[in-house]
Amino acid sequence: MKNRIINLFDSKGGDVLNVYFTAGHPELNDTAKIITALDSQGVDLVEIGMPYSDPMADGETIQNSSQKALKNGMTLSLLMEQITTLRKSSDIPIIIMGYYNQMMQYGEERFLQEASEAGVDGLIIPDLPMDVYAKQYKNLFEKYNITMSFLITPETSDHRIRMADELSTGFLYVVSKSSITGSSSTISDRQKAYFNHINSLDLKTPRLIGFGIHDKATYDTACEYAQGAIIGSAFIRALEAEGGLEEKIGKFIGRVRS
Amino acid sequence: MTYQVDDRGYYGEFGGAFIPEMLHANVENLKKRYVEIIYEADFQKEFDNLLKDYVGRPTPLYLAKRLSALYGGKIYLKREDLNHTGAHKINNTIGQILLAQRLGKKRIIAETGAGQHGVATATVCALMGVECIVYMGQVDIGRQAPNVARMRMLGAEVRPAMSGSRTLKDATNEAIRDWINNPEDTHYIIGSVVGPHPYPDMVARFQSVISEEMKWQLKEKEGREQPDYVVACVGGGSNAAGAFYHYLDDERVKLVSVEAAGLGVDSGESAATSVLGTKGIIHGSRTLLMQTEDGQIIEPYSISAGLDYPGIGPQHAHLIESGRAQVYSATDKEALTAAMELSRIEGIIPALETSHALAILDQMKLKEEDIVIVNLSGRGDKDLATYIDHLDELT
Ligand SMILES: Cc1ncc(COP(=O)(O)O)c(C=O)c1O
Repeated sequence: MKNRIINLFDSKGGDVLNVYFTAGHPELNDTAKIITALDSQGVDLVEIGMPYSDPMADGETIQNSSQKALKNGMTLSLLMEQITTLRKSSDIPIIIMGYYNQMMQYGEERFLQEASEAGVDGLIIPDLPMDVYAKQYKNLFEKYNITMSFLITPETSDHRIRMADELSTGFLYVVSKSSITGSSSTISDRQKAYFNHINSLDLKTPRLIGFGIHDKATYDTACEYAQGAIIGSAFIRALEAEGGLEEKIGKFIGRVRS
Repeated sequence: MTYQVDDRGYYGEFGGAFIPEMLHANVENLKKRYVEIIYEADFQKEFDNLLKDYVGRPTPLYLAKRLSALYGGKIYLKREDLNHTGAHKINNTIGQILLAQRLGKKRIIAETGAGQHGVATATVCALMGVECIVYMGQVDIGRQAPNVARMRMLGAEVRPAMSGSRTLKDATNEAIRDWINNPEDTHYIIGSVVGPHPYPDMVARFQSVISEEMKWQLKEKEGREQPDYVVACVGGGSNAAGAFYHYLDDERVKLVSVEAAGLGVDSGESAATSVLGTKGIIHGSRTLLMQTEDGQIIEPYSISAGLDYPGIGPQHAHLIESGRAQVYSATDKEALTAAMELSRIEGIIPALETSHALAILDQMKLKEEDIVIVNLSGRGDKDLATYIDHLDELT
């Protein structure tokens, strides 16, 4: 079967919305419900965060949702089960995002194999260095038909951007500014200049802009400069408000894409 | 077998730099430049002068006669407790502040557990007139009030780490997050031989002055540079790394690391990382750490906030796995007893961390002719509140 993420970018050249949330949050068994609701709202791609005790690159919102999810009893094997069940009714492309230590302790090949069997299409492991991936894991990712997205930031040299472009399959993750996740300011001229610079490099991989994308204005701007955007912390905050899951999700996506 | 870092940043299978891209530029820049900078003549001169006139080095190598009579052998104490600010930590912060200046950085961040590294960082920032922000777990801020006050008096801002278990590992996470948010003007002064390469090696080089002095001091006293044993406590492992540094390749010298057993290695309340830990990644380094099967990092426990860390430096993981270093552990109670004993028979009140190293002398079964150096990493002033709590049961 062709990879769903590759399919998505083959058929859609812009306005791709990727929504991130933490598995097992707000409630342990919300994972499938949230994805189903996002799917019915026309979201293109979902990114499931595997909750981690020490998420180095994440701000308060994701730290807290992760801690809550762990307290709820979230584990990797449970996540695999939840995705397996969901796959019977949904064909939305799915990415798992987590830290290298989680994959390492699970066993890297076991992790990739089970993820693939469950119906996962791609991974993002922000602390897995490109050279280690290229040497130890690239072949395994190909064997299990799972894409990998590397991050680039305003501090990343052109040389490394090209490396990340070469190694990434699916899409390249453009971190909008030098920060952890969860900020919510407007997009500055300096950021736009950085996006323009990336666009001038003639890269092969589609790009999604993430970190700090939190409302319609920032989403629209991101879509002007890339194939789409990733919304994480702002969505998690919306999930934490009062009300039913479906209704909250409908309202949030409706506002971003109005 | 080599015990020093290799050119890829590894000690055997341990080490490396497993960091998100947001940190890459800064860590890569450090990696490219640290060796060249710290061996420049003018850096060396400034470093040596500050260690001598400001820190008070060389620290004495003192033959503890009454302690020796108790445990056999000849036991020397390397008096890092006599350094300015009361511990070995300042050897590293002096080195790193000079490095930060040469990297053109204007703002310093640090993490701290017990507050010793925070105080040592605040001190060098005051000395150089640089902005200083110290992250400290909210729980530790409550436990270590005098050191919090010292840092504030020295002009540092102490920011509570409110995430996770709100102790040392979380303070480290917060410092890393700060660095991600402020990549241009900021240098992160890590307090031990942990973190991504080149930190473990860089910190070890700054601490290596400890064993450099031991060699000539022991030569003066015993006619030989090498003792039979060097003993040091290991939290992250910086005082041990400095005490071992110049003896790593001399197999005649047995290296002894002492971890904190807390309430007992198997009690569920322990920080004996090398026994309870498995291979994995913490704070950007592949090493031994305490974690669940799912790779979630476990919060350790020790009465000593400076040993209360769920990992160990990658060099120590390598020394232990290769059999070059021997590991012992001491419980809270054994450490308290050793602190009381050294105070009573030598007139030296050691830090709680250091007391763990002293506590295993009994288990070593020393022979009369053995020469031992215990690295007395710090003084006990900061731990008085804990000692007072236990004074009745110990006397
Ligand atoms: C006196 C003293 N010794 C030892 C340590 C442990 O650190 P390390 O293992 O890096 O020497 C600390 C840390 O706070 C300390 O204050």
